[in-house]
Amino acid sequence: MLKYLLRRLLLTIPVLLGVATLVFALIHLIPGDPAQAMLGEGASPEDITQLRERLGLDRPLLVQYASFLQGLLRGDLGVSLRNDLPVTQQILERMPATAELAFASMTVAVLIALPLGIVAAVWRGTLVDFSAMTLSLVGISVPNFWLGPLLAIVFAVELGWLPVGGRGTLGHLVLPAVTLGAALAAILARMTRASLLEELREPYVLAARAKGVSRTRAVLHHALRNSLIPIVTILGLQFGVVLTGAVITETIFAWPGIGRLLIQSISFRDYPTVQGCVLLIAVTYVGVNLITDLMYGFLDPRIRVDRS
Amino acid sequence: MIRIGAVIVLVTVIAAIAAPWVVPYDPASQELWLRLDRPSVAHPFGLDELGRDIFSRVLAGARISLLVGLTVVSISSFVGILLGSVAGYFGGWIDDVISRAIDVLLAFPGILLAIALVAVLGPNLTNVVMALSFIGWVGYARVVRGQVLKARELEFVQAARALGAGTPRILLRHVIPTAMPAVMVQATLGMAGAILAEASLSFLGLGVQPPTPSWGTMLNGGRLHLLDAPHLTIFPGAAIAALVLGFNFLGDGLRDELDPKRYRA
Repeated sequence: MLKYLLRRLLLTIPVLLGVATLVFALIHLIPGDPAQAMLGEGASPEDITQLRERLGLDRPLLVQYASFLQGLLRGDLGVSLRNDLPVTQQILERMPATAELAFASMTVAVLIALPLGIVAAVWRGTLVDFSAMTLSLVGISVPNFWLGPLLAIVFAVELGWLPVGGRGTLGHLVLPAVTLGAALAAILARMTRASLLEELREPYVLAARAKGVSRTRAVLHHALRNSLIPIVTILGLQFGVVLTGAVITETIFAWPGIGRLLIQSISFRDYPTVQGCVLLIAVTYVGVNLITDLMYGFLDPRIRVDRS
Repeated sequence: MIRIGAVIVLVTVIAAIAAPWVVPYDPASQELWLRLDRPSVAHPFGLDELGRDIFSRVLAGARISLLVGLTVVSISSFVGILLGSVAGYFGGWIDDVISRAIDVLLAFPGILLAIALVAVLGPNLTNVVMALSFIGWVGYARVVRGQVLKARELEFVQAARALGAGTPRILLRHVIPTAMPAVMVQATLGMAGAILAEASLSFLGLGVQPPTPSWGTMLNGGRLHLLDAPHLTIFPGAAIAALVLGFNFLGDGLRDELDPKRYRA
């Protein structure tokens, strides 16, 4: 297990370096002079020179790259061009809001997906299965930037049950969490169905039934427990869907998280903050994938033998 | 499901092609005195914040969505097939370099990298296509690489090599065709992904810019009128959901049709 763990950790290093390199390159992809682009057309040459010096853009590219990597190792992502605050500080302030939304949406997804996947698998090939899977495909296809406003129209505007935006109470969390969790629920329901169907074909389920165990108990107590391992893994791997979806959901519901910070920073051409947000989301995603992979290896010994 | 998907896609394609001739109003013409008017017989989807007919704009928007989807899928699949087959067939350092590039691009969830790229390159249709293609090829390359790794050891490929066939011929005539069913499924689902991604970027103000009628841009405009004119949001969103659902049905159905396990069972 230790060998597998070390190997997996070592494999993550080049990926993180690649991510950092790509994020560093972003600012250099700006057409023309990046400092000019950030300050706009009307900026004076003095201001442009000053910003270029401040961002270190006047130094050789390799020096800039080394300095960027050194900064990352110290947790220094630079300073925002909008408010002169350290980017790391801004991101840390917004992180709890995004984490809260992400976990709430994943909870919503599990609460919807498990019952849907179970009924589809148990009544395979029937109208129940067809309806559940069609519903899940609809869930995958409905964009969250449409679902969010629709939910707001019904539950906030027409019924007045929930607030339309902002963060504070549990009520504020409901609509963004459902909006963000819907697509994940749809994916997870399909995976639950597939995973449970495989388990239901196993001889131990038949043996349990032959010993007089009821159908419900055979499904919920025996097959479902075993089918949960791949479902938990997929939940981890789908964390990326939640992170990207958060960018849009936070924008719709004025949720003060990292996603909203990213979009606001783009509109203000605050590229150091854009780089910081993108880097943080990517690194979190790599980290969650790593943990999921390690957990899977821990839960299923065949994986760590195969991969090492 | 595959039939439902095919019908939805076909209807949208026909509507997109015929749009310039069948739209009841010019998608850009404004009737400011009728702005935000609700759906009526004359304007079945109502009018937007500038008094433009939403039905005409939704039809015109179908062209943009399909154009982006088709272009992104064409570029991504071409690059993905090329790099995936080269990586799988040659192995060694070439495979290492391509596989590490794939790993790095996969470290960015969903369209995050596309958002960042469009943010620095500037929001317009060309940059959206470039950004989505930049992240899109990875899926094809992974699928093709896996298939090629299996195919290069097959007897008919070794026989072709023994008969003196050159590497390009082996790849094009014998190896890549084995990956095509998987590529077809990937391309169909990729259309859904690209359409959704373009609409997401446009919704965030990073994609197609007004006054060009894109479904995502229309939804973005509708955000400000959620309380007084929800029809601005409902119809373009329904169009996106229907077309994406159509491609998902089609992709899902194709996957089932082309799955060898289906025949085994």
